[in-house]
Amino acid sequence: MAGTWIFVEQRDGNIRKVTFEMLSEAKKFGDEVSAVVFGKGVEGLAPEFAKYGADKVYVADADVFKDYNTGAYVAQMVAMINEYSPNAVLFAHTFNGRDFASRLAQKLEAGLATDAIAAEISAGKGVFTRAIYAGKALSKVEVTSSPVFGTIRAGVWEVVEGAGAGEVVKPAIAATDADVYQILKDFTPTVSARPDLTEADVVVSGGRGCKGPEGIKMVEDLADLLGGAVGGSRASIDSGWLGHELQVGQTGKVVNPNLYIACGISGAIQHLAGMSSSKFIAAVNTDTEAPIFNVSDFGVVADMFKVVPILLEELKK
Amino acid sequence: MKVLVCVKQTFDTEAKIELKDGKISEAGINLIINPYDEVAVEGGIQLKEKKIADEVVVVAAGSDKAMDAIRTALAMGADRGILVKQDSAADEYARAVALAAVIKEENPELVLAGHVAADDGSSQVPTRVAEILGFPHVNVITNLELADGKAVCTSEADGGTQVTEVSLPAVVSSQVSWNEPRYPSMKGIMQAKKKPVSTVDAVAAENKVAIVEVGLPPAKTAGIKLEEEPDVAAVKLADWMKNTVKVEVK
Ligand SMILES: Cc1cc2nc3c(=O)[nH]c(=O)nc-3n(C[C@H](O)[C@H](O)[C@H](O)COP(=O)(O)OP(=O)(O)OC[C@H]3O[C@@H](n4cnc5c(N)ncnc54)[C@H](O)[C@@H]3O)c2cc1C
Ligand SMILES: Nc1ncnc2c1ncn2[C@@H]1O[C@H](COP(=O)(O)O)[C@@H](O)[C@H]1O
Repeated sequence: MAGTWIFVEQRDGNIRKVTFEMLSEAKKFGDEVSAVVFGKGVEGLAPEFAKYGADKVYVADADVFKDYNTGAYVAQMVAMINEYSPNAVLFAHTFNGRDFASRLAQKLEAGLATDAIAAEISAGKGVFTRAIYAGKALSKVEVTSSPVFGTIRAGVWEVVEGAGAGEVVKPAIAATDADVYQILKDFTPTVSARPDLTEADVVVSGGRGCKGPEGIKMVEDLADLLGGAVGGSRASIDSGWLGHELQVGQTGKVVNPNLYIACGISGAIQHLAGMSSSKFIAAVNTDTEAPIFNVSDFGVVADMFKVVPILLEELKK
Repeated sequence: MKVLVCVKQTFDTEAKIELKDGKISEAGINLIINPYDEVAVEGGIQLKEKKIADEVVVVAAGSDKAMDAIRTALAMGADRGILVKQDSAADEYARAVALAAVIKEENPELVLAGHVAADDGSSQVPTRVAEILGFPHVNVITNLELADGKAVCTSEADGGTQVTEVSLPAVVSSQVSWNEPRYPSMKGIMQAKKKPVSTVDAVAAENKVAIVEVGLPPAKTAGIKLEEEPDVAAVKLADWMKNTVKVEVK
């Protein structure tokens, strides 16, 4: 059996960090680890995966794979699974990754564990830990069909460099234009000089306590000083201070940074669902009873309009 | 055209989770329509108001309790409901098989769903349903335009906004920012009581995943909390960020 496959999440050759996180963790399963990349003109990416331990890199390079599309990608993956029999195939729990994995799993009438925060895979057996009920419970599930399929939350695993052979394998192309049933009309990247929320090492978020653009500006200045991303609670998104794509929480993004700083956020359970697994959490809030302090490693009970400007100066020192 | 909406009954998002006999206890929990599905129901009703849809059918798989989710959707303005009776232990695969069987029978041109269930949601069911039916699926939509047998969907993708076109029939799963679901009116609630709801048994399907264990996350140890003058606190916070978190300042 052909070990663990990590499906590479990329757009126009830009690889999402979660791919490297999965490669790094998969090395611990003690089995062969391969990166699987679909796209157009993507063969040159192969050494990137070898750097994080990929023993093999399966490259399916064809026009039909240029942009992610469910039909062609599923057709190709089904053919490759039949040809090479991997033990497990892991995907990123992203917009495209969960679509791909769910459709593939159903096509093969197989099980799938999505949005996993931990995985134990050995000898074709796969057990995944999932955070359910907005992170208020943890469920361990075993995928009983084969190969084992899972999608992994970004940011839960460390990226570790480790040289792999990175032997390039070129599978037969099994998809044609006839497999494409979605037309990608447009993709407008979010214009931001800041890192993506789900990939950032530092996330600074602002809530209703920011009171308006002036408070949000402080949050942005702090994020920029730390090379971080900006996020927000639903209150600040609904107020129009920040774009929808920046909402953190149950109905927004789940983030897992090294440091999360909540400014003027009460810490409603739906907000905590999106950030409570961050490694370090700091909060600035005027209300000593705010629930955000229950999950904070470092809480400051004070007015953010007084604290954040001094914090910026101190950090610059 | 006929629009079908998949609605799941879930725990209220405020619910406190407790375990009983190794399972999540339902005792004392307020059950609601999954918030994303509420948005899908609203989307369906708006299509009817715009005379694009002529019937909105809601389908829920689960126990008798799921009937409340159907009634809520009917009170909002959906026309008819179907309860697919299924054991709560059914996994995503088994649920998709059961829902798809009913949807096939109904033969709608558009299937709406939420993109994830707020309880133990997997973000799988609508995609699986689409695969079984051989329909395209578009996920996490914030806008939907229907014309000439096609659906043009705007989605919140990673790193940007995506516009995708698919032919109908299709499955489309909603993000909450698509619309603002209405509250059922008194009149709506009264009318809902008279709207037809049928009950069918789920087709049998074997689970493909097994729950090994359910637990609660480890309790977080209390952190530092400073109630000092802002300037003093800010300096200590900066120290902690530099020395404990080891942030890099650009
Ligand atoms: C189904 C559902 C899904 C939801 N999904 C999400 C979600 O994904 N994400 C999300 O965030 N919310 C979500 N919510 C909303 C959530 O319940 C809260 O309403 C929201 O998170 C509150 O935002 P907030 O903390 O900014 O505002 P508030 O709760 O109003 O808190 C503002 C805080 O700012 C503090 N403050 C005021 N002035 C200052 C100052 N000068 N300095 C410092 N602190 C100050 C106050 O003490 C207060 O604690 C959801 C709700 C529902 C019902
Ligand atoms: N038991 C169910 N009955 C009806 N619809 C469901 C059920 N389970 C999931 N769905 C639909 O699938 C969506 C995503 O659920 P999930 O894949 O479980 O996260 C939900 O928002 C519903 O629209």
